[in-house]
Amino acid sequence: MRDFAEQEIAPVIQALDQNEEFSIPIVNKMGQIGLFGITAPPEYGGAGMDYLAYCIAVEEIARIDVGHAITVAAGNSLGIMPIVSFGNESQKQQWLPRLCKGEILASFALTEPDAGSDAGASHTNARLKDGRWVINGSKLFITNSTSSIAGLCIVQLVTGNRSSRNKEISCILVPNGTPGFIAKKMSGKMVWRSSDTGELFFDNCEVPEANLLGKRGEGFHQMLHTLDGGRLAIAATSLGGSQGAFELALRYAKERRQFGRPISTFQAISFKLADMATGIEAGRALLYKACRLKDNGRPFEKQSAMAKLFCSELMGRVVDQAVQIFGGYGLLREYQIERFYRDYKALTIGEGTSEIQRIVISRKIGCFDV
Amino acid sequence: MKILVPLKRVCDPDNANKVKVSGDGKAVTSEGLEWKPNPFDEYAVEAALRLNENAAKNEKLGEIVVCSIGVADVAQTIRQALAMGADRGILVTADDGALESTVVARALKALVEKEKPDLVLMGKQTVDGDSNAVGQMLAEMLGWPMATFVASISTSDGGKSLNVKREVDMGVVTLKVTTPAVVTVDLRIVSPEAVKNGATPDSHKYNEGPRYASLKGIMQAKKKKIDQLELPALGSDATPATTYPRFELPPARSGSCTFVESVDALVDKLKNQAKAF
Repeated sequence: MRDFAEQEIAPVIQALDQNEEFSIPIVNKMGQIGLFGITAPPEYGGAGMDYLAYCIAVEEIARIDVGHAITVAAGNSLGIMPIVSFGNESQKQQWLPRLCKGEILASFALTEPDAGSDAGASHTNARLKDGRWVINGSKLFITNSTSSIAGLCIVQLVTGNRSSRNKEISCILVPNGTPGFIAKKMSGKMVWRSSDTGELFFDNCEVPEANLLGKRGEGFHQMLHTLDGGRLAIAATSLGGSQGAFELALRYAKERRQFGRPISTFQAISFKLADMATGIEAGRALLYKACRLKDNGRPFEKQSAMAKLFCSELMGRVVDQAVQIFGGYGLLREYQIERFYRDYKALTIGEGTSEIQRIVISRKIGCFDV
Repeated sequence: MKILVPLKRVCDPDNANKVKVSGDGKAVTSEGLEWKPNPFDEYAVEAALRLNENAAKNEKLGEIVVCSIGVADVAQTIRQALAMGADRGILVTADDGALESTVVARALKALVEKEKPDLVLMGKQTVDGDSNAVGQMLAEMLGWPMATFVASISTSDGGKSLNVKREVDMGVVTLKVTTPAVVTVDLRIVSPEAVKNGATPDSHKYNEGPRYASLKGIMQAKKKKIDQLELPALGSDATPATTYPRFELPPARSGSCTFVESVDALVDKLKNQAKAF
């Protein structure tokens, strides 16, 4: 995996980042080596590996480029796993083999212009009419949703009201290209510029009733379950990004000479590097523990939120100190570290902000059981 | 076609830890090193996979057995080749210090007699010892046809013959060898169109270089068999034909570098200062 990232992604990443370009050839190659469907069952074309292996794979990609790690993390956790976990047999047969080959990508549409952390406030809705769902609304910041290989969108939406304040939330599979479904690439991003992020519009978009994922009204539960697993991959992305930034800083510090010696031999610099290395080891221990809990069927939601919170904020500290070590050169594109510096920022926002992670953790440790 | 690929592990030149020589100069110490497959052997694995598959239909056409001779840890290197797609492994355990080209070639001959492959496909040399000898010795011992430094292979007569191109100093030599044969490969055997087997469409272009182990391949490799036996069990003569009386590290480079203004100045320095010609 490391060889793949170093040989296939590293040589082109600077140009992709600069041009804000999503590379379909690289996605195809990532598909060939099995980076999609890592935890999916082999009978549907997955690799059948555990979450620990999945996270290590994501970590290795992020060590070279966070954007590609996000493409993999979203493809697996958000595109494939909801179908594995909640899809019926015919939905699995229809979608998983092509998704696991990386021929097409699926996206998971949750965030709306007015519903981010407050996911229950979704407005996008679907009405059942003559055996078909009629969908209206819009979604925002949806990874893997607009490229020419974006094949399917799993849309969370309102399918009715249980009471005046309690909405019935469900998930529906909407193939890209369905009339009334428009996916528009969002450009001008500061972060993850090699990944595909979209804004989605549904205007009387119709799909068969059978496209409902799992049971009607279970959408909110499906979303929480999906994000619990997804957080592990975001933590892995953050950890890999931290590792990549740390390695760049360490190499530079050993090569850069000031006052007649490498700056890595000055205590002010070596202590920064020591702190980075320590944080990365701590983050790795936390993430791998969360993975092992999940892989053994034990409750892991608390550790998953902790790993996501810790690793994403860790990367913030690592990239800040790394650019400091690079000094003026760190501000230049060709030294790579500035890309890590930018890419970190979405990691404390996407798939549950740091604030939401703290809410999850504080609930799990019993702060509100009084 | 049944193909036997001998594979050796070598220390990873990118690793920060380097090879050291023991205090008495009698041995090379390998503590703290990281290992990788000898690159030319990895190219041989890739070439074997290309020979034994229909890449368009994703079908396998024959068995690939990977073998290695060395310490027990070498199983990991074999496992990497199995993850790329080889079918089975054989590990002959022996102390690294007791191995040299002749001992290895004799052991491989014993393995060939046991496995009866149609083709032995191997790297042209290892990047640590650089002896470039085992393939040639093995062919001689077996009395088989041999082609070395092979940069492309295409099969004919239904796989009974191989048309190979060898890169030599003055150009390219084309040879036809009949199987069973020993073929040693060079770097360009992993270029996109270097191997044609009559099954994969001739227009098929592979990615440059040896394939990456896929995650599925890694999972499958865990279940593939690696037979393990000790060198004496092969019954081959393990008396070394050469011994290494002494090792020493090359002198440290002085590392001086000067810039010259013009080509004339460079030629002058090469001629009069470095006395290069």
